[in-house]
Amino acid sequence: MDPTRRAFFHSFSGMLGAAALGDLLAPKKPHFPAKAKNVIFFFQAGGPSHIDLYDPKPALRKWHGQPLPESMTKDLNFVFVKPDAKVLGSERVFKPHGRSGIEFSDYIPHIAANADDICLVRSMHTEAFNHHPGQAMLFTGSTQFGRPTAGAWVSYGLGSESRDMPAFVVLSSGNGASGGSTNWASGFLPSTYAGTVFRNSGEPILYLPDPPGVSRETQRARLDLIRKLNEERQYDTGDSSIASRIESYELAFRMQSAAPQFLDFSKESAKTLEDYGVNTEPMRPYAVNCLLARRMVERGVRFVMLSHASWDDHQELNRKLKKNCDITDRPIGALIRDLKQRGLLDSTLLIWAGEFGRTPMGQLERIDEDPGRDHHPNCFSAWAAGGGIKGGQAVGKTDDLGLRVAEDPVHIHDLQATMLHCLGLEHTRLTYRHMGRDFRLTDVGGQVVKRMLA
Amino acid sequence: MKVSLLLLWVLPAAAAIDFTRDVEPILAARCHSCHGARTQMKNLRLDSREDALRVLSPGKSAESLLVRMVSGAEEKRIMPPVGARLTAEEVERLRRWIDEGAVWPKSAAAGAAKAGHWSLQPVSRPAPPNTRNRIWARNEVDRFILARLEREGWEPSPEAAKTTLIRRVSLDLTGLPPAPREVAEFLGDNRADAYERLVDRLLESPHYGERWARQWLDLARYADSDGYEKDYVRPHAWRWRHWVIGALNADMPFDRFTIEQIAGDLLPEATVDQRIATGFHRNTLTNREGGVNNEQFRVEQVMDRAATVGTVWLGLTFGCAQCHDHKYDPIAQKDFYRLFAFFNPAGELDIDAPLDGEMGPYLAALPEYRRNREALLAEYGVAKYQPAWEARMKEAREFPGKWTDWDHALDALTKYLDNALRILDTPPAKRTQKQTDAMTDHFVQNYHRVIGKDEWKQLKFTELRKKLRELRGGFPALSEAPVLVEEAPRRSHVLVRGDWKKPGAAVEPVVPGFLHPGPADAAPSRLTLARWLVSPENPLTARVTVNRVWQELFGRGLVRTSDDFGAQGEKPSHPELLDWLAARFLDTDWKRKALIRLIVTSAAYRQSSNARAEIDARDPGNALLSHQSRLRLPAELIRDSALHVSELLYPAIGGRSVRPPLPKGVMDLAYGTDVGWNEDMGRERYRRGLYIHFQRTVPYPQLMNFDAPDAAVAACRRERSNTPLQALNLLNDPVFVESAQGLAARLLRETPGRDAASRAVHLFQLCLSREPGRREAEFLTDSYRQQAALFEKNTAAAAFFPLEIPGVARTDAAAWTAVASAILNLDEFITRE
Repeated sequence: MDPTRRAFFHSFSGMLGAAALGDLLAPKKPHFPAKAKNVIFFFQAGGPSHIDLYDPKPALRKWHGQPLPESMTKDLNFVFVKPDAKVLGSERVFKPHGRSGIEFSDYIPHIAANADDICLVRSMHTEAFNHHPGQAMLFTGSTQFGRPTAGAWVSYGLGSESRDMPAFVVLSSGNGASGGSTNWASGFLPSTYAGTVFRNSGEPILYLPDPPGVSRETQRARLDLIRKLNEERQYDTGDSSIASRIESYELAFRMQSAAPQFLDFSKESAKTLEDYGVNTEPMRPYAVNCLLARRMVERGVRFVMLSHASWDDHQELNRKLKKNCDITDRPIGALIRDLKQRGLLDSTLLIWAGEFGRTPMGQLERIDEDPGRDHHPNCFSAWAAGGGIKGGQAVGKTDDLGLRVAEDPVHIHDLQATMLHCLGLEHTRLTYRHMGRDFRLTDVGGQVVKRMLA
Repeated sequence: MKVSLLLLWVLPAAAAIDFTRDVEPILAARCHSCHGARTQMKNLRLDSREDALRVLSPGKSAESLLVRMVSGAEEKRIMPPVGARLTAEEVERLRRWIDEGAVWPKSAAAGAAKAGHWSLQPVSRPAPPNTRNRIWARNEVDRFILARLEREGWEPSPEAAKTTLIRRVSLDLTGLPPAPREVAEFLGDNRADAYERLVDRLLESPHYGERWARQWLDLARYADSDGYEKDYVRPHAWRWRHWVIGALNADMPFDRFTIEQIAGDLLPEATVDQRIATGFHRNTLTNREGGVNNEQFRVEQVMDRAATVGTVWLGLTFGCAQCHDHKYDPIAQKDFYRLFAFFNPAGELDIDAPLDGEMGPYLAALPEYRRNREALLAEYGVAKYQPAWEARMKEAREFPGKWTDWDHALDALTKYLDNALRILDTPPAKRTQKQTDAMTDHFVQNYHRVIGKDEWKQLKFTELRKKLRELRGGFPALSEAPVLVEEAPRRSHVLVRGDWKKPGAAVEPVVPGFLHPGPADAAPSRLTLARWLVSPENPLTARVTVNRVWQELFGRGLVRTSDDFGAQGEKPSHPELLDWLAARFLDTDWKRKALIRLIVTSAAYRQSSNARAEIDARDPGNALLSHQSRLRLPAELIRDSALHVSELLYPAIGGRSVRPPLPKGVMDLAYGTDVGWNEDMGRERYRRGLYIHFQRTVPYPQLMNFDAPDAAVAACRRERSNTPLQALNLLNDPVFVESAQGLAARLLRETPGRDAASRAVHLFQLCLSREPGRREAEFLTDSYRQQAALFEKNTAAAAFFPLEIPGVARTDAAAWTAVASAILNLDEFITRE
């Protein structure tokens, strides 16, 4: 190498770490000291029934089989059921759990066992009563499409602390969610911030494995040639953005080794595997995702989203609800405990939410089937736990029928503002200019729910 | 301070501060949202001098609260509280403005500021300025660029090497890198106008239409599926794309291009092509989710059409006025719904739109197809059940809530069959053949919703569905096209806070009041609107359009915010040039090829794209064009380039969308059951990226990895990001692995018996249109030897290079494939320099 070139690359290599990915994913300081560094978002797509899981409504038993008076249902939007549909009492048994005595349904005993770490919000409400707009609202703060999602905003705001994984990872199970990839898209933010889908079988990340016939040495030699020629080009053109391209090839190479290691559970204890249900049907895929979530958080992945579909129980409510609870309950319960034991719960924010709840009235899609419930944006439940959250409490109340919020309403934007707050981000200051205005996750609303905070 | 000011290109120290140019944009962008016409926090507004004097003292910047708060001098009270802090340079501008007396011209008084905004003024025809350097400029464009550079005391960059030029202009005009033969011809052409000849040839290439269609498709939010949960495939969407490519290749003037897309159906004796053009507006998302209110989503589609026209033709964020008057631009909420009212009466229809050669086979096969279809329907007794089903549907519509099954069945009918109720209300004898077939198909598909499972089994309609599908599969149907049609008039209202259930004051279709008036004598229709958009008095359409062309050729528009020409957008870097180009565009009958030719033959365009460290430090965005820019190619062109150099590309122009190989499992992430991915097995899988089927909820990964927009709203410019997923995509995606294999095969075929060094040269020429430097050549040959040794050691060569080339050792071919693949991954390969 001639001396000028050597000097050039020497002076440049020092900058490489900082200039990684053109600084887009370099770790960034939050607006104020953060409680949580990472997020695990349990997205329950389709709208799980708050009435049968988190928000006991004994009064519904009394109303069972009767229509509600019109005065109670006017102004409410429904999708399929008519306002005069018959009330469907819940068959679930609710019991208080933990020192805090929060009531949970008998379908979710493992989540309930962590009651004292959970901040249950029973007064959620949203604006959209169809799935895709509802999911857009939950993740982007708007029912209009094309905005960045929560995971993308967080990666944009805080950057990445992982040397060998993307900042925002998506783990999917069940059927696809209505929103598809729009639930983890970067919208008008650079695609650097979009969620990367990580699959728990086969190729974990798209295009991760080397092509057939390419050994690691061949791959390394390929990358070396790419790097050398890119460096030449950088020298000849003076374009410093080529340094970022060189760095992203190195990160890709590291990801190739790192990503499959996430799936290597051989170092996990038999008890851990058993607790999550990693080898037990029907929860196996979800259990694997929960365990992966912990392993990723340990390695600095900023935002892990577990998407599970679908809780859209328009009919056969009890059978379908049980099925999804059997899949998700034990792994989630185990993950909370595991994070706590490892001292990670304090720095990890957990959120469990769907895009809306379900009606107190029953719905019959076919006369010869068991009833289900319709979409219900007017009130529903979600919960948070971990970093920055005050566990062992239930925030907000709904009316006796689970029809409307009665106390302390929490809008989706409020939940988003609270999530960002726990991460040390002021939701009104995390903005991106597009089409002539500063956009933010909470659109034009959102207030941090102080009661939820530790 | 003087020293640092001299460094600021935006603000030559000598020039006095100009409120409108230097100060107002800061106030508008950073202050007015809280201290402006709409909101006055702390009772303060910074859009009137009177009020602003409360926080500033003319001549005394140090004492002015305004400066103290934006500069951070007031601890804990930093303005603005949201978003980034003002830059030191912006603070300095405010300081100087106040020190110079805080001059606030009358024309910039509150309110007047909005309508007086630069982009709303008539297009002027400035004379190209004189420049000190009399040699450099090749055409008028250059005089504007050069004059601005000379103001900074900067020289333009030298012309790029010929090899760079041909690669640049080929990618810009056709989206494909030049073949080595084309490069050799150009290098050998010593005529003075060799470059202009090259440009003319490229503009006549049918690939020109493909290259420039992509930009228009982004604006039109084109996709091959509905969006939303169900995300149904739109089998005819491509027909409009086909029209766009054709219109661009024919250099259809932009005014006609506009009129046909907005109102082609309303032209006298509209041709099928003119109706197809209205497919522009059929790219709105459609929600077929169960239980969705059809009227709500119809209204949302109309809003989307109005907002899109505002963005695409006027470059204004009309969508902001959906819920309230625009905060920064003079767009009243009423203006939005007046624009909405033009589109409100329009309905949707799919029409027969045969391509050349389709009609003959169709007519020949039609009688037999009809006979067979009728026979099948008769065999399964469809006529026995369908009339009663239809009658019951009508009843269900009349008495909602009475029969649950039928409510659902009716919901499904209106969701899945376009214009279902209209067909239902048309007596069977009066229905068109298409309507009859569509209703019957829906009936056969959905009758199970309202009958018992046993009864359904007995009918054997599942079997009938299969037979009907097979019959249709063998029938040479005509291509269809989604279009707009004018339906019965609908009353339009301002919708309070954009809520479709809260109609406010009634509105008529009227063009926005803050722009030139519409024709007095014409009835208000989409056609009137279209003509108004392209009338010579319109200050926006031509500016917005030439700016987008400029953006495509330099990587940024003269107005960088090409999506916003309003007060929140940036001002043009070269306002006179923008106007000169807009005027020229009008004078040359809105011909885009002439405009593009003018720009790409300029000296400014032909400059080297090498960085200039000292100047770039002062002009980091290269707004003043002291050099060309290196631009990472758009997603589609990266694919196209790889397929092209490996000779895999199937270069047919236009036509249906294609499904190249998709990794297993990607489609599992979709909700819609309709989403299947029947991979194209033949040469179709090697078509250009433009033709890849775009499924909104599960878009093709390579497109998204490289920043293709999501087709939700009009996209005016693309990001150019850089991620490790891009690296994995190019290294390991079978498309690019196949390209590397194809490229290696081509290389070996074209260099029989030659040594590694000479092959390295040829490889560079194939991919980068230039010869490698000495060191580059060394790297290549070294890497080739290293790879060959590795493949000698292990036995995987055959897996990496599965083809047999006579006289070439398998390890050799595999090693060249590895090297070829590295070339396809180079920054230079995916960059237009």
